[in-house]
Amino acid sequence: MVKKIGKYFYIGLVALFLYAPILVLIVLSFNSSRSRSKWGGFTLDWYKKLFQNQEIMQALYTTLIIAFLSALIATIIGTLASIGINNMKKVPRTIMIGITNIPMLNADIVTGLSLMILFVALKMNLGFQTVLISHITFNIPYVILSVMPRLRQTNRNTYEAALDLGASPIRAFFKVVMPDIRPGILSGFLLAFTMSLDDFIITHFTRGTVVNTLSTKIYGQIRKSISPEWYALSTLLFLSVLILLIIINRRNDKIQKERA
Amino acid sequence: MSNNLTKEPPQDEAVVTLIKPARKRISGKSLLSFPYTLWMGAFIIIPLIMIVYYGITADDGGFTLANIKLISEPIYQKALWLSLKLSFISTIICLLIAYPLALILKGMKLKSNSFIVLIMILPMWMNFMLRTIAWLNILERNGIINTVLKALNLPRINVINTPTAIVIGMVYNFLPFMILPIYNSLAKIDDDVINAARDLGANNLTTLRKIIFPLSLPGVISGITMVFVPSLTTFVISNVLGGSKINLIGNLIEQKFQQENNWNAGSGLSLVLMIFILISMTVIAKYDKEGDSTNVW
Repeated sequence: MVKKIGKYFYIGLVALFLYAPILVLIVLSFNSSRSRSKWGGFTLDWYKKLFQNQEIMQALYTTLIIAFLSALIATIIGTLASIGINNMKKVPRTIMIGITNIPMLNADIVTGLSLMILFVALKMNLGFQTVLISHITFNIPYVILSVMPRLRQTNRNTYEAALDLGASPIRAFFKVVMPDIRPGILSGFLLAFTMSLDDFIITHFTRGTVVNTLSTKIYGQIRKSISPEWYALSTLLFLSVLILLIIINRRNDKIQKERA
Repeated sequence: MSNNLTKEPPQDEAVVTLIKPARKRISGKSLLSFPYTLWMGAFIIIPLIMIVYYGITADDGGFTLANIKLISEPIYQKALWLSLKLSFISTIICLLIAYPLALILKGMKLKSNSFIVLIMILPMWMNFMLRTIAWLNILERNGIINTVLKALNLPRINVINTPTAIVIGMVYNFLPFMILPIYNSLAKIDDDVINAARDLGANNLTTLRKIIFPLSLPGVISGITMVFVPSLTTFVISNVLGGSKINLIGNLIEQKFQQENNWNAGSGLSLVLMIFILISMTVIAKYDKEGDSTNVW
């Protein structure tokens, strides 16, 4: 019994450490005083002001658009690549997987800088398109990582059978392979989406001076003081992530139950 | 199909035509990775070659090792040493927090997608910059901790703009990356193996040392790499929580590019950094064959 309490105490302690900062942001978002250390009473003003703040809304919009587009394109390229790699012989497959690991294991600062060097050498204007290309680049590996294990589990014979029964390769793919790997594709997309939302370092080096995502926008304000609208935004972001993860959790639960 | 129905054994030619289309299908499918190969060539391989090129050339394009040798100058040496020290400390702290936690979670026999595991990785999905700024609010001179201490009539603590603040930021940001791979590798250990060790007379500590820990080693190695590399190379955490006086190697590289516009020197220093990353990559490739480390869903 004591041991059990000890275990829960430890979990609670780690959870406290992980959630204290988030809790601070949430509390501050309802604080009517502008000061970070004084409680001036409850207010929802910062939420109203958040939606009126053109700059933050513009940064939010850019962040979401880049996250969505980069995740979508990465999902398409990544899914195709997974199918291709899965059908390769051992040596090229090992090489491809090795290359796929580079952006995931390499430091973000090196990835960001090397992309910036390339874009400048190609005389591309740093801005929306270069950020998008960079995000696609670091997102593809996450898609491959989610789709590959699913592909390995699928039965190759069913696809061959569909072809033997006269289905075109494309039809056979969508009718037979796709349903098996769809959860992997969806996870890959969501993972890519969140990775893109979260990125600061690579965006920082490839954005030029005009485009701002939420991360780069707030980074520019750190030396000054951070306006409380950001706390309201943090709270909303946290809630969205929480809801998203619960939905995914439920969905995985359902899939596992169906399998059992 | 029809071949199998006839009593005569199939002719060689018939066999060949049966097999051939299958082979064609396979090679056709591997072409699907062509866009990806092109993309990675253009945006991963070539940029890396370019940063190497900048690192080993001077302004005029001639070959030089001066950019790399820059690391031996005191200011860079100091920054690299501090980065190694702080990221080492952070990695150890993360490991010490995460391993017992992962053990407890395993002991609870949770499903892989249980709510508690979800709770542990949820902060990872919160925007990195906002999380770091939250710590600024907590630790700064008039921040939450000092407000509480003042209310209790206790002396203030000066954590912000010290290496300690940077370590707190690193541990906080990268802890989930340590918890997850360790938990994943622990969850895979067959309970029978552990029970067998107990049946053979091993006590809890011996079982942990001889059975559980060795089997969880791939997860531990992934976790260490996933905390150590981002800690070693960060410039954001040190900038936000360490103030402008403490420089990690990442800060100096960032300044070389963004402020001094000296790409050759910046690339040279990046190459030094990449040596450490390469070591980590080799280690992880040896232990983590199944890609557990990044399997977060």
